[in-house]
Amino acid sequence: MEHFLQELWIARWALAQGLLLTVEISAAAILCGSLIGLLAGIGLTYGKWLLRLPIRALVDCIRGIPVLVLILASFYLLTFAGINLTAVQSGLFALSIFCGAHMGEIIRGALQSIPATQIDAGRAIGLTFPRILVYVLLPQAMRQIMPVWVNTGAELVKASTLLSVIGTGELLLRTQEIVGRNFMTLEFYALCGFLYFLINSVIERLGKFASRRFALQ
Amino acid sequence: MGYTFQFGVIEANFDHFLYGLALGLALAFAAILVGTFIGLLCAFATMAKAPLPSRLVGIYVSAIRNTPLLVIILFVYFALPQAGIRLGKLESFVFSLAIYAGAYLTEVFRAGLAGVPRGVIDAGRAIGLTGFQLALYVISPIMWRNCLPALGTTFISLFKDTSLAAVIAIPELTYQARKLNTETFRVAEAWATASVLYLATCLLIAAGLRQLERRFPKF
Repeated sequence: MEHFLQELWIARWALAQGLLLTVEISAAAILCGSLIGLLAGIGLTYGKWLLRLPIRALVDCIRGIPVLVLILASFYLLTFAGINLTAVQSGLFALSIFCGAHMGEIIRGALQSIPATQIDAGRAIGLTFPRILVYVLLPQAMRQIMPVWVNTGAELVKASTLLSVIGTGELLLRTQEIVGRNFMTLEFYALCGFLYFLINSVIERLGKFASRRFALQ
Repeated sequence: MGYTFQFGVIEANFDHFLYGLALGLALAFAAILVGTFIGLLCAFATMAKAPLPSRLVGIYVSAIRNTPLLVIILFVYFALPQAGIRLGKLESFVFSLAIYAGAYLTEVFRAGLAGVPRGVIDAGRAIGLTGFQLALYVISPIMWRNCLPALGTTFISLFKDTSLAAVIAIPELTYQARKLNTETFRVAEAWATASVLYLATCLLIAAGLRQLERRFPKF
């Protein structure tokens, strides 16, 4: 135990850096992904078929490919399109489109469950469609989106571990490096798992709090 | 650009890709089999009147669901041997995926159980079935039907998760694509093929599940 604490003290900055990068990447991916998802969801629900078809195809493609393959493919393939990104950036890109596709489906589901009469009512009082969306539909959809959104956030934190494969120095890769030095596999992998558990527990708590706020009074 | 596509390499190595795909499916199947067992056990345990089983199941589910699968895989493969538990590559991966799947399936089955109408259970009691008979003949069939869509989604996502086996060098589809990528530098072809194969398999499974759902209509 004393040996472990000693090694932990030596590794403290590496772990802290990894933890920070994990949180940063996850937060950025959730933000970008939610934005993409919002656009995709609105397009899927209210778009004409010419808009709906390509979005549907893209969303289904992304959802049918494992995240690891998405990450590796965007790491290797984006350079062909003339886009030179670092490992962190291409990983972020992959996580964002992954999150975007899932959020798109979630938001579509939530929007479709709102009765069409709500749109009619909005029209009747003279609102334009963007206003109906912002003031009438999205607030109601939020109630359904919120719990699932939090779940997606936790999934994304977990998916960020896959960036270790393309050499992004997030928590898991840092742990692997530390283990590579001191061979204390059991202790440090357990610690790593525990740290992820902590992050996700915090997200879960926040989610419970948020869904209570958005619940019907 | 200056890149010319050469699918000849893919063609020559296509059997490797197919082998990888089959291995991935087999791993997913083995994991969901064990995972279903764990999930059923845990879900029925939460129905018990004593509070302890529910508490334990709750801890298991939230611990596993909040830990990344990759960490679980690496822990089982690299860290458990330090504690004296030494598993082969395939066994350790199936074990990791199974306990991961078990946590998700527990939730799925629990939701399915919650959807079994109270009246049906009472009716079963009324004709004198024992607890075990009740679970087997009355609750289970309805629960399975309730779970079918969520079960399908879980199976598809488990199949996609088998791509993580590449990290501990199990020669499944992602591993094959990576290998071809580094051996021949046909980057675009390798990843495009792997992606299309994954996508096609997922769509096929999804279509099959839709058929299954149609075959067994909801009560």
